[in-house]
Amino acid sequence: MIPEIGTFALICSLLLALIQGVLPLAGAQCGRLAWMAVARPAAWGQFSFTLVAYGCLVYAFLSNDFTVINVASNSYSELPAFYRITATWGSHEGSLLFWALILAGWTVAVAAFSRALPLEMVARVLGVMGLISVGFLSLLLLTSSPFLRQFPGPAEGSDLNPLLQDWGMIVHPPMLYMGYVGFAVAFAFAVAALLSGRLDAAWARWSRPWTTVAWAFLTFGVALGSWWAYRELGWGGWWFWDPVENASFMPWLAGTALMHSLAVAEKRGAFKAWTVLLALLTFSLSLLGTFLVRSGVLSSVHAFAVDPERGAYILGFMVVVVGGSLALFAWRAPRMIAGGAFTWFSRESLLLANNVVLMASVAAVLLGTLYPLFIDALGLGKLSVGPPYFNAVFVPLITPALFLMGVGPLVRWKGDSLPDVTVRLRWALGVSVATGLLLPLTHEGYKPWAALGLAVSMWIALTVVIAFRERVKSLRQLASLPRAFWGMHLAHLGLAVGVAGITMVVNYEQELDVRMNVGDQAQMAGYTLTFMGVEQVEGPNFRATRGSVVVKEDGDKQFVLRPEKRIYDASGSVMTEAAVRPSAFSDLYVSLGEPLNAELTTWAVRLYYKPFVNWLWLGALLMVVGGFLAAFDRRYRVAARERAAAGAAAAQGA
Amino acid sequence: MKRWLPLGIFLVLIGFFAKGLFLNPREVPSPLIGRPAPVISLPVVGDAQRAFTTADMKGQVWLLNVWAPWCVSCREEHKFLMALAQSRTAPPVVGLNWKDRNRDAERLLAFTGNPYVAVPDDPSGRAGIDWGVTGTPETFLIDRDGIVRLKHVGPIDPVVWQSKFVPKLKALGA
Repeated sequence: MIPEIGTFALICSLLLALIQGVLPLAGAQCGRLAWMAVARPAAWGQFSFTLVAYGCLVYAFLSNDFTVINVASNSYSELPAFYRITATWGSHEGSLLFWALILAGWTVAVAAFSRALPLEMVARVLGVMGLISVGFLSLLLLTSSPFLRQFPGPAEGSDLNPLLQDWGMIVHPPMLYMGYVGFAVAFAFAVAALLSGRLDAAWARWSRPWTTVAWAFLTFGVALGSWWAYRELGWGGWWFWDPVENASFMPWLAGTALMHSLAVAEKRGAFKAWTVLLALLTFSLSLLGTFLVRSGVLSSVHAFAVDPERGAYILGFMVVVVGGSLALFAWRAPRMIAGGAFTWFSRESLLLANNVVLMASVAAVLLGTLYPLFIDALGLGKLSVGPPYFNAVFVPLITPALFLMGVGPLVRWKGDSLPDVTVRLRWALGVSVATGLLLPLTHEGYKPWAALGLAVSMWIALTVVIAFRERVKSLRQLASLPRAFWGMHLAHLGLAVGVAGITMVVNYEQELDVRMNVGDQAQMAGYTLTFMGVEQVEGPNFRATRGSVVVKEDGDKQFVLRPEKRIYDASGSVMTEAAVRPSAFSDLYVSLGEPLNAELTTWAVRLYYKPFVNWLWLGALLMVVGGFLAAFDRRYRVAARERAAAGAAAAQGA
Repeated sequence: MKRWLPLGIFLVLIGFFAKGLFLNPREVPSPLIGRPAPVISLPVVGDAQRAFTTADMKGQVWLLNVWAPWCVSCREEHKFLMALAQSRTAPPVVGLNWKDRNRDAERLLAFTGNPYVAVPDDPSGRAGIDWGVTGTPETFLIDRDGIVRLKHVGPIDPVVWQSKFVPKLKALGA
């Protein structure tokens, strides 16, 4: 009964989304207030029904209702309860419903926090979001219902993919989807602005905090995905340039460009057409990611169950949404008037350069991701594009952007003097070059890439320090700095920390594949590791072989690492659980390979030493915090309150 | 004209995606096509005394289905293979039990039904290496002279069967 209520609720929410997508847009076009006023209640209704549907799915999972096909294929009665909840977004159908729910959530957030906006704008934004919801809800109902039943149901489910039974996987998809879907808000604002023909600084100001929040979520989601891969896949990697990772990285790069270009559009009224185009592209790249993951056109470690019918549906949806919006852009572009002028050396020009570099990186990643598809579609053979391509293309492309990032915030709008700025930055330049040249000497083997990475990282960090020193004369002033200032610099500092982490781990990691008998020792990076043998342990829904490795540091300190090899009862899948000893400056990472004899006393063991790897995620975390700080800057609320007051006064006067 | 460029690029991409929907990126052309089938000589599941060898199949058109009890898509495919086993015109199917370290195949087939004429047991995956198996399920079509004629990666369903296997079988006169 409950799953049928779920289907019914989905149908209701599709109908409400249709109303939300059609009436307000039509009303805004022909100036009917009553039609425009439908937008908010329709959005709330659509959200409520989607929430009910989602609740029904959660209930089906929690109650082990295996007559629901989605539950039978993604759950198991012995699966711990919180994994049964997270399994709701572990499959194609469930994650699509989750996506629809988050989209509805963002929609009501816009409905609730847009009191200060003109009704016409609200109607258009919510209308566009309603149309996107229509696409996803009908995809759910027509091709991917999570509520389909089978009778009789199996006695037992086939378990959630063990790779997804991990803390990182619980949080990673929601954060990622918050980011992907959040860009729908920026998209809707851009389309609304194109429809109204009013592309002034106001729309940039309205969509800016939304974009920043979505970007922060996406940053968190991508970082969590990488952290999960590092801990769960058992071979110490944290980024593979897999098509699905690229699918989340491209909207991130485009979103980063959008955030910066919105700053120019808001402050200076420049780059209007470019900013609108970026808003359209960022969400389009999110949709492209959905298509790539779910249609099976590329082979990836992440593939959902593949179905060409779904792929065709998503493709059709993309044609409507992306094609429609790009056509609208081309039609309206002549109306966009250039904004304030600026010289070649100004904050505008530096941000433009940053945008160009970021979008060139998107193009490079897109090309590498889709190249196998192009070649296959043209009948030229089969091939795959791997990390060597991406590293060779991406690193040189992004390095200039990292350098400019240090300069940009310290240069004035409209125009600045290059000699002046050089004087302000010269000690930072000197120190960072010296750091880059000298710091690698402390490690074995001089590596030019390490020198470059460390110099760039130091450069960004030092320019942040300069920015604070120039702005703040006394400690008291520190507290009165606007959150946007803190946010921007924290995020830049986060990138510096992340770049330092990546540079160190890529250049100086150590890896050892050894055959170990009970009692054998191995040496690595100043540690002595002794293999103490394995024992059998029972988990809630798996059996595990757990090894213990005693690690001695220089001196007398010692600790034990316990890597596991798990066999999950329901699916029989074998999983390698690495044991990691994290610390501020390095990780020690041990994973069990295959047993090499029948008595299980000799094992292939993989040992990794990962210097500064945690800086990568620490950096990402700083970026996330920075993003949220900037998005909640006081000026947005003050401006909103003033507009609301003005609106109320105007209403009273009339 | 410049403002139409983004739309133009997007439409070209869409063209490729539409084409891509009908391609299978996992399907790497097998070098075995047109070559003699690698020899399998393995004990069969459930009866370690009996052995299966590829020579047993000489003179008939047959299918080698690589599967495993732990493989989820194989369970989907199993339904189709059961239906196939009922039909009198379909070729016999040999089910290579690949990397079944837990020894579950016998129990599973007793429970779900056995669509195979023989189930050679390959716990170490050695035979799989000879055949270039990259995952399960994979299915090979072998002709009367023991030449590999077709390889399919992924589960077989009625659509795949009609579009890929039936024409090939007709050409082979089976």
